[in-house]
Amino acid sequence: MPQRVEIVKRIMDSNDRLAQNNQALLDQHQIYGINLMASPGAGKTSFILETIKRLPANIKLGVIEGDTAPVTIDADKIVAAGMPAVQINTGGDCHLDANMIEMALAELPLEELELIIVENVGNLICPASFQLGTHANVLIASVPEGDDKPYKYPNIYRGLDVLIINKIDLTPYIDFRMDYFTQGVEMLNPGLKTFPVSAKTGEGFDAWIYWLTEKVKAK
Amino acid sequence: MHELAITESILSIAEQSALENQGKKVTDIYLVIGQLSSIVDDSVQFYWDHISQGTVCEGATLHFDRRPAVLRCNTCHHQYPLGEILQPCPNCQSVDIYIEEGEELLVHHIDILKEET
Ligand SMILES: Nc1nc2c(ncn2[C@@H]2O[C@H](COP(=O)(O)OP(=O)(O)OP(=O)(O)O)[C@@H](O)[C@H]2O)c(=O)[nH]1
Ligand SMILES: [Mg+2]
Ligand SMILES: [Zn+2]
Repeated sequence: MPQRVEIVKRIMDSNDRLAQNNQALLDQHQIYGINLMASPGAGKTSFILETIKRLPANIKLGVIEGDTAPVTIDADKIVAAGMPAVQINTGGDCHLDANMIEMALAELPLEELELIIVENVGNLICPASFQLGTHANVLIASVPEGDDKPYKYPNIYRGLDVLIINKIDLTPYIDFRMDYFTQGVEMLNPGLKTFPVSAKTGEGFDAWIYWLTEKVKAK
Repeated sequence: MHELAITESILSIAEQSALENQGKKVTDIYLVIGQLSSIVDDSVQFYWDHISQGTVCEGATLHFDRRPAVLRCNTCHHQYPLGEILQPCPNCQSVDIYIEEGEELLVHHIDILKEET
């Protein structure tokens, strides 16, 4: 006769434990970590580049670039902008996990850094399940994706600490009802800190950089 | 595609538990999977058939206890299902709601055959 064994264990437990180790490592180096998620093409790399341009000179940033294919286009752009970057090729996986971040952190000059931004794989479903050990989960939603995304992809909005609405320079050309969009966000994550920006024109970046600088200083 | 990582994690939880309980074979695994965890049963089953081979879990049946997402209104306390698309409270149209159920992602229990003693 088979015997029943109660377990009741969260399937994500082992990833979350690794994520805690990552966070401890970041804390030990007084580094503030950000997990940046978005659909493909929402403007993650553009947003990071604009952030680099506007960060106070005393804040040194490292970037971890996740891609499903062995292309270093995004990482090369970060390095060209003067900051260290590590490329993770997920080998087809649709998300980064805590284990990949652990390996990437080993390649970054942690003693020199105050801030790390992880550019997750472009995807609105899978990255939501995997904690990385960063201090803030940030989603970039971009105006051309449409105003119904919170209604269709509720899961990713649930675990967010910050929401960036990018490409606001395009709102005159696109039927994007901001109040409908923010209503969906409000249902899933009431009071979520939100920054509307344009990585193209730089609009809205002052508020974001101010928020980020305060977080980095507090570390 | 994240179902592979999820399936590997299910396997290691079940193997660990079988080891701790002197199980020589795992016959059944009972999972609790909330609608909001975005897990596709078929692909977990597909990966399972591959990665469980040669382990104590080979041949074990996966049981999926699917929990639909349940929302509750903070204004009138009406309870309603998430459905395909997120909606304000159908009773009073309030957007002040919260998610009561549907985010579970658990190995709940397993059935094992013990070593002969
Ligand atoms: N108009 C406008 N275009 C933008 C803005 N931000 C990014 N773009 C453009 O959007 C396209 C995609 O930007 P990326 O920064 O490569 O997007 P990504 O999210 O890093 O893309 P992947 O890494 O491939 O998923 C590029 O052509 C950018 O120039 C913006 O604020 N306004
Ligand atoms: Mg990019
Ligand atoms: Zn109501």
